[in-house]
Amino acid sequence: MKATARTVDGVEVIKLDGKITIGSGDQQLREIITSALNGGKNKILLDMSGVTTIDSSGIGELVGSYTTVTNRGGKLKLLHLPAKLNELLHVTQLITVFEVYENEQEAVKSF
Amino acid sequence: MEPERDGERIEITISSRFENIELVQVIAEHLCENAGLDEDGSHWIGMAVREAVANAIKHGNKLDVRKKVNATFQLHDHELEIRISDEGAGFDPGSIGDPLNPQNLMKTSGRGIFYMKTFMDQVQYSFVPGGGTSLVMTKNLAKGSGLASSKV
Repeated sequence: MKATARTVDGVEVIKLDGKITIGSGDQQLREIITSALNGGKNKILLDMSGVTTIDSSGIGELVGSYTTVTNRGGKLKLLHLPAKLNELLHVTQLITVFEVYENEQEAVKSF
Repeated sequence: MEPERDGERIEITISSRFENIELVQVIAEHLCENAGLDEDGSHWIGMAVREAVANAIKHGNKLDVRKKVNATFQLHDHELEIRISDEGAGFDPGSIGDPLNPQNLMKTSGRGIFYMKTFMDQVQYSFVPGGGTSLVMTKNLAKGSGLASSKV
């Protein structure tokens, strides 16, 4: 998985590309979030548009990331959910946990 | 399903490495597409297979690369039967909490079997003493796309 970060109005927008699956991307996601928090960035918007595959481990890491950021006084939100990821969050009712946006400007303003 | 595909059987054995999961997933998806299932339906079955193989590698064989995971795919009369076997000590699937229970919602694990049950018609574990775990999942391919939303 590849991650590209940029800051927009104080919000760390991190675009994820590739797989977030067991043994490939799941631990990487944790490291990306930890690194952002350690750098004092706790308003995090994950752009998921480039995520090609995700499994239950990847979903678990998303949940863990949300909890970590929240516990550190920050917010983690999602942008541009691919249809299949949206489906996976729906069936597990996690869609009720995450704030999801389709428009980056709108998402950034919401923090 | 094309009649000549009825009875088709494919088998693959992999060592317990996460990078091998995709091999088995791709076989499942191609088999489903060849049998006439649409792309989404094939994807969800592939996802169920991914979760099953990941569990066999991680929880069954405990990442021991000397231990194997065997997968067989059998098409019979519109029904796809998938059997995933490992060489581990077995586990109690009943010990895994319902991920939809509010108490479990924010857990970072425990959704793999739930996804398998969501995307497949039947999921059944069996244990042979000293012989590992065998998981059998079935899906009637004639039912349609198999989209997750059709089951919730």
